[in-house]
Formats: sequence, C-alpha cells, structure tokens
Amino acid sequence: MKKILLLIFIAGLNFSLYSQELEDILDQEAPDYTTITTGTFNGTRIMNGHSVETRKKGILEFVISHRFGRINTGIYELFGLDNSNIRFGFEYAIIDDLTIALGRSSFEKTYDSYLKYRLLKQKTGAEDFPISLTLFGSATVKTLRDYEPEDEPPFIDRLTYTTQILLARKFSPDFSLQIMPTYIHFNTVPTTEDPNDLFAIGIGARIKISKRISINGEYYYTINPFTSVTTYNSIALGVDIETGGHIFQLIFTNSRSMLEKGFIAETTGNFFEGDIHFGFNISRAFQVKKPKEKNKLY
Amino acid sequence: MKQLYFILFTVLLAHQAFSQDKYLTKEGYVSFFSHSLVEDIIANNNQVLSIIDTKTGEIAIQLLMKSFSFKKALMQEHFNENYVESHKYPKAKFIGEIINFTDLNEQINETEIRGTLSVHGEEKEITTIAIVDIQAEEIIITGEFTVEVADFKIKIPSIVINNIAKTIKISFELHHKPYIK
Repeated sequence: MKKILLLIFIAGLNFSLYSQELEDILDQEAPDYTTITTGTFNGTRIMNGHSVETRKKGILEFVISHRFGRINTGIYELFGLDNSNIRFGFEYAIIDDLTIALGRSSFEKTYDSYLKYRLLKQKTGAEDFPISLTLFGSATVKTLRDYEPEDEPPFIDRLTYTTQILLARKFSPDFSLQIMPTYIHFNTVPTTEDPNDLFAIGIGARIKISKRISINGEYYYTINPFTSVTTYNSIALGVDIETGGHIFQLIFTNSRSMLEKGFIAETTGNFFEGDIHFGFNISRAFQVKKPKEKNKLY
Repeated sequence: MKQLYFILFTVLLAHQAFSQDKYLTKEGYVSFFSHSLVEDIIANNNQVLSIIDTKTGEIAIQLLMKSFSFKKALMQEHFNENYVESHKYPKAKFIGEIINFTDLNEQINETEIRGTLSVHGEEKEITTIAIVDIQAEEIIITGEFTVEVADFKIKIPSIVINNIAKTIKISFELHHKPYIK
C-alpha cells in the first residue's frame, strides 16, 4: 500500500511540474541559433584608425574630426587649440558589410576615399567563430600647393594607398582587442632613401567603464619608417561615448593627421615629450534607407 | 504487486495522453510599441515559441531578445547592447495559465491569462484579457498588455528620456498547432 501511495505521490508531483515540462519542450524545440557578436567597438574608429565595425545597410554616417595643435605649445597657443585641423567625411553602408566613404582633411588639403568590407564575423552558438575580420583599402590625394607653380607634379604623384587587415575579438562585453597589419604605398616620398612601401602593425583595445562609455587606446608600430625625417610610432588614448546615434570620441594623440598614411607613416610628434594633440571624432548616423522588416536569426 | 503495475501503467499512459494534448508554435508573433512625442518605436519578433497544455490550460512562451527587428538598425543594436543586455539575458519568458481553459468552447472566447513574465532577469506578474480562438486544428491567442520599463530594471539614459515611453505596449498573436513529439 505504501508503494501505491508513493506512486500516486509521484504522479501528483508530475502534475505540479507540468509548466516545467512545457518549458522543457520549448527548450527542446527551440532551434539551434547562432549569435553574431555585435558591438565589438562602438564606432567605426577605435581612435585615429578604423575598427572592424561597419554600419548596417542604408546608414549614412557623417563624421567630423578635429585635431588641435600640440599641448606643449603652452598658453600662448591655448595649448594647441588655436591651431586646428579638420576632417569631415560621408560614410555610406551600401550593404551591411560594405562601406564606401569620401572625406576631406584640411591638413595638406587632402581628399580621401575608402572601401571597407567586413569579411568574417565573430559568432557564438550553433556556429562558433572566434574573430571578426575586416578589409580596409583607402586612397588619398594631397592637393596642397607646396611646389613652385611651374613644377606642378602630376596628379598620380600625389596619391598614397593604404591596405589594412583588421582582426578583432570581443573577449567580453567590456573588453575588445584588435590587431591591424598595415601596408602603405606612397607614389612619392620625401627623398630617394625613403621607402615607397611601408609596413606597420597596429594594436587597439577598448575597455568599457559603463554601458555607454569606454576607454580606447591604439598604437601603430612602423616596421620600416621614413629615414629622411624623424618619425614616431602613433599613439592614441581617449574616451568613447555613445549616446544613441551619436558617438563622441575625445582623443589624445601624437599624430596630427587623421588619415592612415598620415598617422602611421608621418607622425612627427613625440608623445613622451608632450607633443600631444587633443582632438575629437563626432559621428552621427542617419538611416537613409529603411531595412527590410524581417531579419531571421535562425 | 499487480495493482502496482496497473498504477504504474496508468501513470505512464496518462503521460502519453498528455503529450498529445499540447499545442505548439515556433512562429508566434510578439511586438512592442513605445509612443513618445519625439518618436514612435516599434519592434517585431516573428520567431516566438509558445506551447499550451489543453488539459490544464497552462501556457509557456519564450523568445530571443535578439530576434526583435527594428526600423533603425542602430536602434536594434543599442536595444540589445545597452537596454536589455541580450548577452546576459538572451531570452524573455512567460509562464502562466489560461483561466478556465477547459471550459472554453470551440469558438472565440475572451478570457484571462495570468502568469509570470521574465525579461532582463526580472520577473513580474501579469494578468491580461486575451482572445482565445479554439479551432479544430489550431488554437489562436491574441491580445495586448502594458508593462513598465522600470519594473524590469531597464535603464533609460537621461539623454533619450523623451524618446522612449515609460510604459510599453506588448501585443501578441500566437497560432498553435497540435504538437507531435
């Protein structure tokens, strides 16, 4: 009789566990899904250079960046604020993974254009993949008239090209790391001793200190720098603030240029002697084309 | 001993029977809507899982926060990253009961649903009126209710406080089909 009672008890227990059973069925029936890791970095830039991030299809991002003069110029120059250079750019995501951009820098009156393609994405779940990989290619043209009118160089001589492979991993919601092997080609170099092809490797990281604020850092090591001028490796440190559609980045860097060829190859400031430029990037994203309603995750 | 086997058999049989009295959907629809003077925000999810036990009227619903789609892609990213923290709390769940389900007829009924909604790691008791439409091969449940964002400890930063409503309307439409194991 005791056994019977026990069985009845078990049967009763089963009844009370029914919603648990329903939940179990749902867990069982839920398809295996893969989550693409998003937000490795807040913006398309870590500091001076690019992050692996691309915008979603149909987003036009307007980016305004400033770099002021050197802080160690003192109070007379208001710590560099009297002397500013600006880049503004329009960056449009044709598809989720491909961005095309046009920009203009006041420094050396340079126009730039880049293509950025996100080839691989970090994923977790049914399909696991540890890193994101983005390809970056840009061309710049200097239009500053730094020559005698009769010696005007041909257009082609004023071009440079940059190719980068951006490899990043979001280790945790708060910490992401990126490595950037870089190749830069100058059609013209200052002297014949200087290399036309420069190789560099960059490393960048972000540490989130709150949901919307992170500390970012970036360092580029140039393997074969120019020899006719003293150049330094580019260092940038700053804060990244995301406010829903806007991204503000406040930057301290020894580089004056905001273009890859400039800050990687032509940085003349020594960070540790106070040749530091304060600057910022501000970006505003506009959804100019509406995405499709349904986006299947699994 | 025979008696024992008989009971055991009955219990097992009961289980068998119960598992055939379940109705399931994997393509349920849930949307939420936030109205403010600045903007209206709407997000849709077409991949909602829901199951009903027709013997008890119990219902369990779950969905992935990441499968909500928004009109603005960045908004969707921010929703997951900063508001509901989908990496920490990937799913939203509802476990509850359709009141007097067993008394409902094969037609459109208005009845109460009571249960616990869990979002962002927070639980909240919900009671709402829903339309339960019982057909031969389908049970359709539709309705809507409102929730307070603050109840789920979802913080809205002051800079967008005017863009996001404090009360969010949630609508659902779930077409359940007989569940076969």
